[in-house]
Amino acid sequence: MSGASSPPLKPPSADDAAFKRELVVLIPHLRAFARSLTGDPTAADDLAQDAMMKAWDARASYQMGTNMKAWTFMILRNQFYSEKRRSWRQTQLDQEAAERTLVAVDDPGSPIALDELRLALATLPEEQREALILVGAGGFAYEEAAEICQCAVGTVKSRVSRARKALQATLDRGGYARDGRAAGDAMRSILAAADRLSGPRQV
Amino acid sequence: MKDNSVQPGTPPGKRASLEETRLRQQAIGVKLRHLFDEVVNEPVPDAFLEILRRADERSSGGSGE
Repeated sequence: MSGASSPPLKPPSADDAAFKRELVVLIPHLRAFARSLTGDPTAADDLAQDAMMKAWDARASYQMGTNMKAWTFMILRNQFYSEKRRSWRQTQLDQEAAERTLVAVDDPGSPIALDELRLALATLPEEQREALILVGAGGFAYEEAAEICQCAVGTVKSRVSRARKALQATLDRGGYARDGRAAGDAMRSILAAADRLSGPRQV
Repeated sequence: MKDNSVQPGTPPGKRASLEETRLRQQAIGVKLRHLFDEVVNEPVPDAFLEILRRADERSSGGSGE
């Protein structure tokens, strides 16, 4: 997935159309990944739109039939970190932004247990959160996540494993809780929610 | 999540706690996907498709056909 490949020929427009169709399908996933990185719905959509345009402009270097989802996620992630280096979000994720991580724009019915997980996620180091989201929610294999993050597969595995342990510890401690419920109650509600949510995974 | 799978010959007490860990991790996994999917399932703002449409016009515009 490195950029160094043979000089791309100008693709025929039929390829453009196919590329665009694939890209459109990926937009919801790019938005979700962007949301998990920025923790802010507006900034996330800006980021996702930038990444979408970058992918479109670079379409000649994409080989149809390869993993376009991983390719676009890598573009989005690079965009996020380069903007971040340019000071867009220089400060460490503050608590307020952290609490918006992956928050739905308009979902009053979102179960309490999900808010708890959101807060627990926000306490993770950025590289652990990103690895866990890619593997645990984005549906990527460790190898794909490693390509997206441009690091070793073993590094991704260890980040995911540490993230899982840390999440569980945080949820057990109930350190995120704002309603004063004991950790045991929280855990039971998590398990109950998991039961409700269990089911075939789409996409 | 084979990392947390219970080895044969594990003492029952340990086995139970490993099983609990596995269940909890499973629960976290389900919720994590749900969080992500909440955003995936939101309607895509028009701006996205509009931007793509304009990009398309830009790349095909001016080239004759």
